Amino acid sequence: MNAQVRKLFFVLAGLFVALVAMTTYWLWKAPDLEARQGNPNLFVRQLTIDRGKIYAADGKTVFARNRQVRRKSVGRTWYLRTYPTGELAARPVGYSTIERSRSGLEESLNDYLTGSNANLDTIVSNTLDKLKGITQRGNDVITTIDARAQRTAQSALAGKCGAAVALDPQTGKVLVWASQPTYDPNLVEGHFRQIQRITAPCTPAAPLLDRVSQGLFIPGSTFKVVTAAAALDSGKVTPTTSFTDRGYCIEYGKKVLNFADQSGPEVFGTVTFSEALQHSINAVFCEVGKELGVRAVLDKAKDFGFYEKPPVELPSDEISASGLYVNGHLYDPKDPNAVDPGRLAFGQERLQATPLQMALVAAGVANGGTIMRPTLVDRIVSPKGKVIQRTQPDTWKEAMKPQTAAELTAMMTAVVEAGTGTAAQIPGVQVAGKTGTAETGRAGENDTWFIAFAPADNPQVAVAVALSNQSGTGGTTAAPIAKQIIEALLR
Amino acid sequence: MTLRNRELVNLLLVGLLTAAGFTAVYIARQDVVSAGSLSYAAFFVALFVAAHVVVRLALPFADPFLLPLGGLLTAVGLTMIYRIDPNLALRQGLWVVVGLVAFAVIVVFLRDYRTLDRYKYILGLTAIFLLALPAVPHLGRTINGANLWVGFGGLVFQPGEFAKVLLVVFLAGYLRDNREVLSVGSGRYRLPSPKHFGPLLVIWGGAMLVLFQTNDLGGGLLYFSIFLAMLWVATARWPYVAVGLGLFAVGAYALYHVTPHVRERVSIWLDCSWTFSNACPVYKEGYQLAQSIYAISGGGFFGRGLGQGVLLTAEGKTYIPYLETDFIYAAIAQELGLAGAAGLILLYVVFCYRGFRIALQASDGFSKLLAVGLTAALGIQAFIIMGGVTGLIPLTGITLPFVSYGGSSIVANFIVLGLLLMVSDHVNRDNS
Repeated sequence: MNAQVRKLFFVLAGLFVALVAMTTYWLWKAPDLEARQGNPNLFVRQLTIDRGKIYAADGKTVFARNRQVRRKSVGRTWYLRTYPTGELAARPVGYSTIERSRSGLEESLNDYLTGSNANLDTIVSNTLDKLKGITQRGNDVITTIDARAQRTAQSALAGKCGAAVALDPQTGKVLVWASQPTYDPNLVEGHFRQIQRITAPCTPAAPLLDRVSQGLFIPGSTFKVVTAAAALDSGKVTPTTSFTDRGYCIEYGKKVLNFADQSGPEVFGTVTFSEALQHSINAVFCEVGKELGVRAVLDKAKDFGFYEKPPVELPSDEISASGLYVNGHLYDPKDPNAVDPGRLAFGQERLQATPLQMALVAAGVANGGTIMRPTLVDRIVSPKGKVIQRTQPDTWKEAMKPQTAAELTAMMTAVVEAGTGTAAQIPGVQVAGKTGTAETGRAGENDTWFIAFAPADNPQVAVAVALSNQSGTGGTTAAPIAKQIIEALLR
Repeated sequence: MTLRNRELVNLLLVGLLTAAGFTAVYIARQDVVSAGSLSYAAFFVALFVAAHVVVRLALPFADPFLLPLGGLLTAVGLTMIYRIDPNLALRQGLWVVVGLVAFAVIVVFLRDYRTLDRYKYILGLTAIFLLALPAVPHLGRTINGANLWVGFGGLVFQPGEFAKVLLVVFLAGYLRDNREVLSVGSGRYRLPSPKHFGPLLVIWGGAMLVLFQTNDLGGGLLYFSIFLAMLWVATARWPYVAVGLGLFAVGAYALYHVTPHVRERVSIWLDCSWTFSNACPVYKEGYQLAQSIYAISGGGFFGRGLGQGVLLTAEGKTYIPYLETDFIYAAIAQELGLAGAAGLILLYVVFCYRGFRIALQASDGFSKLLAVGLTAALGIQAFIIMGGVTGLIPLTGITLPFVSYGGSSIVANFIVLGLLLMVSDHVNRDNS
């Protein structure tokens, strides 16, 4: 029997070697596993790091800082997050908690905030700190958010479902990033039920949804800016090209009517292309869309960044791309005939756009056709006060010819001066804008929009406001909010 | 140096390691752990020195490594349990006392283990009776989906741990009597006759049936492996192993299709292990395995240090349910790293080596088979649970011998240790 006993020992020893191999395999997979859902390893370790603060652009208003907690059961000090400004900057700052992980900038800038970014300065000082037994400190982040204007925007949106975003068209810096309904990030840890109980005039209320970058609204007439850019760039149309508006446009043998009020659909007769934008005449844009074709309009939309996630410093899963959507999925038609060019031209069809994307459309027109890369981070500063990284302005898209941008600026100025957007007029400042009232087919459930920039001759601010479940128009609901934000930023 | 002095030196080394481990935990967790609990280590060392004295008096020729190995494994477990919850460590310490008392009683009063051979059928039937106990109404307790426990008032114990020892004794006795007949077989295909194979199948089949009834997959796998290993050692016939494995495959396939419990375990294993795909339900059924794998992967080469790993939530609960019992290997890998985990595995390899060595030197079949069976049972059990916890094989709940928290397991393993030392003493006495 001894031969078998020896063999049996080797079989068992082999099994034990396999165990060591399996354990080694998991060690090798550790970097991949650390980011997995529910893995407490990295996360709890990071709680022992004195995470950096997050500031507003003024470098004084603190959006996020730490409080020290000594947990007896664990026997060491943890740094837990607290948000002094509460709801104000819940977006885009996000939260960092034990129970529900992280979101927003807290997630995307986690490496900087914990000081684990691969930067020689931080690596050296962290290693020294570890050797000296000093708590590791993360870097501070100074955002581009203007705290005062942010407050204006949040209170203007209060009680509605919608979002407002403003950026500097010349640098891409995001100045306002507001979404409603919102939540108090201090409640995420331990009081999450209170957030789940938040109600708003939309279902679901989804207070955690960042409506600026994730909220998809039907762009409606604001998309006419994109169509107009395609038309002007093509050279087939100029601002003075005249069209005859009969109040409708024939598509597939059926009439598509203009926007209707109590007196029935509006009819404007003979108008220029500029006047068509000024009064947002669907019939004219319908004809232009049929003339240009689906391909040309969608290609122009892509020039503006549609079908891409705008490269702002947020987690990728908190940013949605704009474009045609079918069954909740982005849809890029291979066959142009599958899409209705007329409705596409005035932003209906199955178009969905985020407020961020439409603000970038306005910014592109404002900046002579060049869209700057949007950014939420002004600079990142080490614990010793050294600037580790400063965001430099960078071109994202060349959306149209400078000539087209200039022509569109004039056309959009006319919208605010004597068109659908008069509610956005500001004394002493020339505002260029475009309204949007997208019909969802149900009364009182329109998506309303206003995109704008100001001053028209030297744009400092580009803004987009989107609201859902509105009974009014973009000109009466969204334009006044955009006006308040522009005033707050230009004052 | 005499065998016993060597054993004492080994035990004192184990004692030093234990003291170091407890001190490390104490330093890392001063907020939670009281200085008084440090005395557990001293208490532990005293216990094993007492056991050593018993061995010195009753079994002077026994293997000098097995007791220190058992002590070291127990110490590793006790230190980890102490780190997880000092109160549990105290209770585990009391179980170690009970275990060592059982060890001493067996060593002193059984005198000659070979008398067990005479009672093999009774012992075999007792094993089945013990296995069936949890299925008795009002007596059985179901914990974590398996019905393996028996409760008397506040005391709960797991009879399966003891049944394992009895079954090995039965198999050793029975195979010793019938190994010639079974290895030769009869007729053209050298088939074993029902007369010789029958009793074996009855006892073993009964055990498997009972295990199936109580949903004890880990136990089933363990008993099946022990049976095959001992049958093969006794007869040296590969066809038995092949047929056994074939039966196992058929049985596993049938179980997979009949019981949703098994299907769930297998699907978790497929999703969460190896590839760790996104399909792994990390917050639901796969939580335990996923957390276990996270803990193992997070340990690194040398671990996070005793008391410094990520094992407890802010509320003081363990991230991994049943961390102190089935999943203690994950805690060890997290805090002592790959080095510690491989060291632990090496301890089992050495334990198996010493156990098999006794079998090799034994002159009679019963001693040989008993030593092989007890050693293999311990080794296979350690493999099944560590394999399950690392995701190498589907997870089936079973304790890690000597290391896991649990009274029945500790006591049963000390009985195994006692029997092995008795065989060893007898063998060395004969040879010297």
